[in-house]
This record gives sequence, structure tokens and C-alpha cells, in this order.
Amino acid sequence: MSMLADWITGPLAYPFMQRALVVSLLVAAVCAVLSCYLVLKGWSLMGDAISHAVLPGIVIAHVAGLPLVVGAFAAGLSCALLTGYLKENSRIKEDTVMGIVFSGMFGLGLVLFTKVETDQHLNHILFGDVLGVSVRDVIETAIVAGGTLLVVLALRRDLLLYCFDPGHARTIGLPVRVLHYGLLVLLALTIVASLKAVGIILVIAMLIGPGATAYLLADRFGRMLAVAVATAMLSAAIGTLASFHIDGAPGACIVLTQSLFFGLAFLFAPRNGVLARRRVPAGTA
Amino acid sequence: MNAPVPTDRLASPSPASNVVPGTPAGPPRGDGILVDRVSVTYPNGTTAVRDASFALDPGTICALVGINGSGKSTVFKAIMGFVRPSAGAVRLCGMPVAQALKRNIVAYVPQSEDVDWNFPVLVEDVVMMGRYGHMNMLRIPARADRAKVDEALERVGMAAFRKRQIGELSGGQKKRVFLARALAQEGRIILLDEPFTGVDVTTEGAIVALLRELRAAGHVMLVSTHDLGSVPDFCDQVVLLDRTVLAAGATAEVFTPENLQRTFGGALRNFRLGGAALHQDADRRSLTVLTDDERPLVFYGDPDSDGEGRT
Repeated sequence: MSMLADWITGPLAYPFMQRALVVSLLVAAVCAVLSCYLVLKGWSLMGDAISHAVLPGIVIAHVAGLPLVVGAFAAGLSCALLTGYLKENSRIKEDTVMGIVFSGMFGLGLVLFTKVETDQHLNHILFGDVLGVSVRDVIETAIVAGGTLLVVLALRRDLLLYCFDPGHARTIGLPVRVLHYGLLVLLALTIVASLKAVGIILVIAMLIGPGATAYLLADRFGRMLAVAVATAMLSAAIGTLASFHIDGAPGACIVLTQSLFFGLAFLFAPRNGVLARRRVPAGTA
Repeated sequence: MNAPVPTDRLASPSPASNVVPGTPAGPPRGDGILVDRVSVTYPNGTTAVRDASFALDPGTICALVGINGSGKSTVFKAIMGFVRPSAGAVRLCGMPVAQALKRNIVAYVPQSEDVDWNFPVLVEDVVMMGRYGHMNMLRIPARADRAKVDEALERVGMAAFRKRQIGELSGGQKKRVFLARALAQEGRIILLDEPFTGVDVTTEGAIVALLRELRAAGHVMLVSTHDLGSVPDFCDQVVLLDRTVLAAGATAEVFTPENLQRTFGGALRNFRLGGAALHQDADRRSLTVLTDDERPLVFYGDPDSDGEGRT
């Protein structure tokens, strides 16, 4: 027991580990909430797209002397809008359009990055630098993540209805376009908030894993949200602490822990798990 | 495919069942749904519907009949405000579409294929979604909302299933849940997209009975269907569609073999048994069976008298 306590409290003796843990938990929570909507809406690739597209925004913001958050947000949003525009004005399907837009913007970001003198490390943008966050970073993350979380929770029923049955949402007079683009804006904000902790590549996992795990475990949306947030925050804590002990990258450790949770849910979920299905012959459930 | 037709389906309803007490005589004025010379052109350039007009009054069940691609779903979309007509106008209960939607007048019962049945929502959650338009911004249900949900579930006989995840239901039960949502919404206009697809005969009967009750209460129902056989049973009006309105009006006048041939062209199986093939007497009437893949439509009568002798 005391070994476990040491395993937990040991790393937390260092202020940088405390800050890392706080940021990881915040990011995990907000990503988990968004991931539930993305999984249900079939938008997992949208998180992938927006996060890659953020890169040129970061570089341009750096050159222009703006806060990186502003550039990242603007770029993420333009990716989403450009995708929508191309889809509506061509015969190409949405997933293909997304693939073109985000890889193009990611390429632009990489080219710009090598042309610009910057104090940023590419690796930190791609994979996060949670051990290097300052108190100021913690506050910034808390504001963006907290604000996003509040808006999503306030709109949670409308967003859910929009994902489930946009036709009905429209006929009862809900502003579906506002909900559609609102969800994209919230997604972009979430990615921006996650930059420091996990970077733009690993945030994709944070935006899919918890929702997928919870989808296997819950048959009601409220529970799905709760399960997603719980597993994500638990993964964040375990991953961050484990990274200290094994001297690994924290972002990667968090994502790996989340994947483990998904594997467990896949095997042992009481109703949807592989083992449960094997016990009950198909068709009688 | 060629299963024998149950005899009860051959019987046409007594004419009285299609007449709603208190309905004014004469052609409909469109106090429920008025589609006035509507054309819809999509951004890719195809015109799905051209110059379509029909009018429905409160207390009507109307079938919207046509082959796939005839513009049935476009007409639905125009009524639900998903597409804006490039010409003409839709008015719902005398209001423009946008205003009618804000007032929660239109309820929509989707086709089963359009619903994600794995979605983590329970039966009662879906029915509660019908109440969202009546709630405040945060959609926190009031006592009245819960009462309406209970009542709607009771009315479609799904109260016992309220805690089930929607994917666990049978085809007929799934339909009834979405019908309950429309009831809970209390829309004056109810759009039903293929309500009998994948539904057992008992449920079909229950749905039809419910639609008749709603008609008596003054609702307007527009039912998109290719289940021709059931149309004369419960629809008092019919709109025949093939990229425009071919014919619209009272079922007895519009739902004739000739009009259906025009609507479906060669897409319909057509059997006509008459004279010597049917019976050995002087009776000149013939038996006409029209069907696509659902329940067949049967006409029995003189082929020259416009289906008047349908029995």
C-alpha cells in the first residue's frame, strides 16, 4: 500500500509534475466530453483534420507576434469551414475533402516552420511538452478548457439531438447550422487547449479513445459522458505518473493508458464486450 | 413474394370511414399544408420537383405516392425547411415554413434506415426529444413534459419499454417510439416517412388506428409510402408524384389504376384477371392487382369505369 502511495506522491513532490498533472487532467476532461459527440456523430476524422491544420496557424501567429492560441484556433476553424465549402461545391465526399484539406495545411505548416526562426520545438508542438508548462500555461489551459466544457455542458442536449436526428432538430426549430459550426468551434478550442499537454498528433487519440470506450460501456448518453470523463482523467493521472517512473513521454503514456482501457472495455464490457457476446448466442439478446 | 393476399386486405373500407365529420365539402383550401407551384433545384443543378401543387386541410391523412426519385423526399424537405423552393411557396397552417417550425407545428417520423439504432439513448429519451421545442434553453424537462411523454408512450403501447435502449426493439416497436415522439411534440402537421416498412401487421393496424384518432383531432398527416395496398384503407387524400404532382385529391378520385400506371410507369407489377380467366359467367368485371414489393393494390370492377367498382 505504501509503495502505491509512494508511486503517486513521489513525482508530485516536484512542482513541474504538479503542473503537468493539473494540465493533463483538464485536457483529458474536455477532450473526453467532446469525444463522445465525435464518436456518435461519426466525426472522429474531423478531430484528426483540425488538429493537423492547426500547425500553420501556430507558425503564422508566432511570426505576427500573436498568442499561439489565436493562430491555432483560426487555422483549425478555417480547416473546418474550407472542408464544408469544398464538400458542398463539388462531388467529392466529406472524408476525402478532409484528407486533402488537413494534409495540405499540415504540409504548409511544416514548410513555414522550417523557414521561420522560432524558439518553438517542432516536437513540442506535435507531441506536447507537459513537463515544461508554466503556471501561466496552466491558467490559459484552464480558461480555454473550462470555458469549452461549460458551453458543451449547457448545450449538451441540443448537441446530442443534433447528432442523433438532425431532421427532428430542424423541424422543432433548433438552429442546426449554429449547432453544426458551434460543435466545430468547440472542437477547435479543445484542440488548442490540448496543445501544451499532448500536442497536435496525440490529441487525436484523446478525442477518440474515451468516447469509444464509453460507447462500449454505456447505453445512455449521460452515463457515456461520465464514463468517458472518468476513464480519460484516470488515464491522464496514471499516464503522467507512469511517465515519471519509466522516464517516458507523458503524452504517449496517457494515450497508451487510454488504449488499454479501450481494450479492457472491448473484451469485458457487460453487454457489448466480446466475452459477453460469446456467452450469449447471437440473436437472443 | 407471391404469398396469397389475405382476404381482409381485399376488402375496401366503407366509404364512410374516409369522411371526417365536420369537414367542409369542396376541395381542400390548404389550411393545413399548402404547397403552391413549388420547384426545387439542388446546388448540383438537378431539379427534383417542378411546379408541384397540392392543398390539405386539418383532419386529413394524405398519402404521398411515387417511385424512388420521384421527389417524395424533396417534398418532405421543402415542408421541413431543409431546402428552399427555387420557385413557389409552402405554407403550413397559414404560416411560412420558418415561422411554423419555430412554433413547433411540424413533427417528423423518420424512416427506420435513417436512424442510428446503436445510439446510446433510451426509448423515453427519444420521446422526450419531442418536447425540446417546448422547453427552456437548457432543455430541463418540467412536470408537464414528463406527463406528455408518459401519455405518448401509453398511447402507442410502449410504456413497458421506456427504459430500453432503442436498438433492442423490434421493427414495429421502433416505429411506435418515433410516433410517440411526434405525439409528445403535439405538432399539428405530422410527416411520416415509409411508416410501414419492416412493420408487422399488428403494428400496422395500431399505427393506422392512431392516425385515424389524430385525424379526428384535427391533425394533418402526410404519409410517404410505396405500400399501395394500405392507402385506400386509411388515406382520404392522395398526392401522386413523379417530379411534379400528377394528380392530387380525394382517394376515390385520384387513386385509380390509370393514374397509378402513369405514376409508376413500368415500375409496377400489374396483373389483370378478367372475363373467362376469372369466372365463367357473364360478369364483365375484372380483377386488377397492382404491386411493387409491398402489399398489393386490388381493383375489382369494370375496366372501363375508372375503378368505380372497387370492392
